[in-house]
Amino acid sequence: MGIRTEHELHSRRKGRNVGVGIMLAGFVVLIMLLTFVKITQTDFARAPGTATPATGSEAND
Amino acid sequence: MTDITNTPAAEYDAQLGDYFALLKPRVMQLVVFTAVVGMLAAPVSVHPVIGFASILFVAIGAGASGALNMWWDADIDAVMRRTAKRPIPAGKVQPGEALALGVGLSFLSVMMLALSANLLAAGMLLFTILFYAVFYSMWLKRATPQNIVIGGAAGAFPPVIGWIIATGSFSVEAWLMFALIFMWTPPHFWALALFMRSDYDDANVPMLTVTHGRPSTRRHILAYTVLLVILAVGTGFTAIGGYIYLATAVVLNALFLLGAYRIWQRDEVMAEEDNYAVERKFFRLSLYYLFLHFGAILIEATLRPYGLGGW
Repeated sequence: MGIRTEHELHSRRKGRNVGVGIMLAGFVVLIMLLTFVKITQTDFARAPGTATPATGSEAND
Repeated sequence: MTDITNTPAAEYDAQLGDYFALLKPRVMQLVVFTAVVGMLAAPVSVHPVIGFASILFVAIGAGASGALNMWWDADIDAVMRRTAKRPIPAGKVQPGEALALGVGLSFLSVMMLALSANLLAAGMLLFTILFYAVFYSMWLKRATPQNIVIGGAAGAFPPVIGWIIATGSFSVEAWLMFALIFMWTPPHFWALALFMRSDYDDANVPMLTVTHGRPSTRRHILAYTVLLVILAVGTGFTAIGGYIYLATAVVLNALFLLGAYRIWQRDEVMAEEDNYAVERKFFRLSLYYLFLHFGAILIEATLRPYGLGGW
């Protein structure tokens, strides 16, 4: 018997699979947006462990 | 040989909507609304993307606890008329699937909230999920007639979480919003228990109507409503209140108190004569009551930057 690519199970669960796919895609977009916002909002110059030399007043923060 | 073609075609395949129903979408609406109000009422602004994502994760966490509740309570749900059509008793979703969905989404939501907002908000969400799914569903609900009173706390945490998302800390205002929902829950559910008649009896859930009788339940509704009225109107004089909130609270609480008084005055004979019209009306009013109180807090918070909201 040849391998059938489209099984009856696939068509039966198509709606469910498409729905999960859309949700996963939405989740990926959300993570991307969150990452973008977090990166642009974070002041990396002040993050601990960075090599940026501090000015006199900042060094006393 | 195992063959995929052996899968019976007639067997019901759960659709996405069935899994969504496990998350208790109507409860999620209330969670989202109150969490949004808690977040916006806070004196710290949140980036829209971070705010949206964080509220989404709170909603997913609430949904996860709903799925765990349905998994644990499937036996009760099958007996009660109000819940018999839920996905598990209706045979649409297997109990194991509900458990997996609940546990999976719990981890996901808590982890993601820690990343999008802060650790304290994520910790509160985890505590809320455990409080509802373990403390309330697995223990309190079947053990004590005060199940609704203590269990109501689970539904009251979302505005606190919303506040923490914005500020990263607790505050009196956040706990006032918590107290508003906490005190509102008992009269709301006891009114429902009065006119749903035998549902809780059939399921052996120790509701106040079953353990202490209906006259006692009517007295409890009035007592809790009096306390709620003091709290709700008093909140109007705090930092999250204002003229709009206070006006809303005075009108709604007068109506709510009147409803509770009428329920207290009635007995079962009078209630059965008009098919629990007063109790049903009180229950409907309770839905508007919470929505409008939080709506007023939201309006006050929205107007505040323009110098209009608040005191």
